[in-house]
Amino acid sequence: MADIKAQVRQFIQDNFIMGAKAAKFADSDSFMDHHLVDSTGFLELVTYLEETFGVVVDEEDMVPENLDSLNAIEAFLATKHVA
Amino acid sequence: MLLQQDFEHVVAREPGKAALVCGDTRHSYADLAEGARRLAALLHARGVRRGDRVALFFDNGVEFVVGMLAALRLGAVFMPVNPLTKHDKLAYMLDDARASALLTSSVLAGIWADALPPTSSVHTVVVHGEVLEGDTRLCAWPAAGTAADVPADAPTPATIDQDLAAIIYTSGSTGFPKGVMLTHLNMVSAARSVSTYLGLRGDDTILCALPLAFDYGLYQVLMAFRLGATVVLERNFSFPVKVLERMVAERITVFPGVPTMFSMLMALKNLATFDLASLRLITNTAAALSEVHIGELRALFPQATLYSMYGLTECKRVTYLPPEQLDIRPTSVGRGMPNEEVWLVDDEGRRLPNGATGELVIRGSNVMRGYWEKPEETAKRLKPGPNPGEMLLYSGDLFRTDAEGWLYFVSRRDDIIKSRGEKVSPREVENALHAIDGIYEVAVVGVPDEVLGQAVKAYVTLKPGVQLSEREVIRQCLARLESFMVPKFVEFVAELPKTDTGKIKKTGLG
Repeated sequence: MADIKAQVRQFIQDNFIMGAKAAKFADSDSFMDHHLVDSTGFLELVTYLEETFGVVVDEEDMVPENLDSLNAIEAFLATKHVA
Repeated sequence: MLLQQDFEHVVAREPGKAALVCGDTRHSYADLAEGARRLAALLHARGVRRGDRVALFFDNGVEFVVGMLAALRLGAVFMPVNPLTKHDKLAYMLDDARASALLTSSVLAGIWADALPPTSSVHTVVVHGEVLEGDTRLCAWPAAGTAADVPADAPTPATIDQDLAAIIYTSGSTGFPKGVMLTHLNMVSAARSVSTYLGLRGDDTILCALPLAFDYGLYQVLMAFRLGATVVLERNFSFPVKVLERMVAERITVFPGVPTMFSMLMALKNLATFDLASLRLITNTAAALSEVHIGELRALFPQATLYSMYGLTECKRVTYLPPEQLDIRPTSVGRGMPNEEVWLVDDEGRRLPNGATGELVIRGSNVMRGYWEKPEETAKRLKPGPNPGEMLLYSGDLFRTDAEGWLYFVSRRDDIIKSRGEKVSPREVENALHAIDGIYEVAVVGVPDEVLGQAVKAYVTLKPGVQLSEREVIRQCLARLESFMVPKFVEFVAELPKTDTGKIKKTGLG
């Protein structure tokens, strides 16, 4: 399971942030609160999740409870039977 | 009449009424007044006085609103800063305005901590959330209900409506933002005119997902507080489904948006499953809606009246199209709002007849006092009007009128790009690109984009032997620029077109 979080963290680091602060965010940190991902970024994140983990993210799934932290994404993917 | 006076009347009349809903928390008018009283007392004890600039650096939330009210209570000038701003630009704005205080939150510490050198004019930073030890400028946000350590009430200042209420920074062609100076009279006049033509009411509930640092968002709060209405404040529009759920739960009656938001909403296949029967007003500004989108919006929300509007930070709002005109002239931005006169002029400043094309000029109490400490830039925009001492605002935008005098936007006279409804200075983006190692020359332009209106596109040439990917350039820009300014597309080219004098020529790029 830690693997999912590591992969998504890597994606976020590679695409959205840089510098010394990049490594610091916690698994539970809200991407929105910490300005790690913006509205366009969330759309890119969803595309990444769909392509990498073979899931379909429905419109109803596009809520912060599912997407706004590494923990949330892991739990969300678990509901889609990705582990 | 001061900007906060109507708010104070509502506090006295209906103290328990919900003023602001943020997430699951409802803040009454009395709650906000009490929060502002405590914060103003703290700021006063720390030396903030009438006329001082107080920067508000927050995501949308109650702290922004309380901070604004506290500044107004002291006769200070509030200065909203977009929370997407990076540290060097924040430092520039604090320095430019010689701000005395910064009100902010701990989640943004990674940005503001780097914007406060020891030489900064900012002597007080009030932090909502965790406060780190070690910097005597920092102090904690006054908590509700702990009377013990709150200083005595700040005295009431002698503020009049000629005093500045706010400085709002706006992007300019030079690449350096300019502070638009707005008096109490300017802002009261604008709030009154806009709420009058919209027919806003005290029983309205407004859904605001626009940034409060953007005047369109800010005025949702100002107009609601004039009337005793309720604002449901969303952090942003990243999750449209979430916003729709909120609109249903709160029986939203007014929804102000920009074309990007409406595009995102209309793309949702399940939109019809949300019960938005209470919605009676939809407003659009910042960028024009296409005729197709106007038709789709009206079909999706037949219960609501749609207002197309056009504005400038320099005078808040310029024009609106009365809804009954939508079928007759859907692409018109309308006419001047109440208590404001607008007309077109030629290059010599002569008033043009109906049917002509020219620069739009604005006359009214809503017109700014100028750009903060930028007399040359001010002189380009503010020019003497018909009465002694009166200044007119030259918009810098070209419009045409039809035979009946209704206005149609033609083009901007500068090169500012409008993306996601936000102003993007190509120069500012080019400066950020030049700061990236390996980049030799750049040219930034706006290209048409279905959702964004215009997307930012960068043409880049690299120094010999350098390899950079589009993503790497974008990522480095994200570290330096507000996200809406970051190029969506980066195209690497061998060379850029030049004029005879060797300047980069942008015509033909895009």
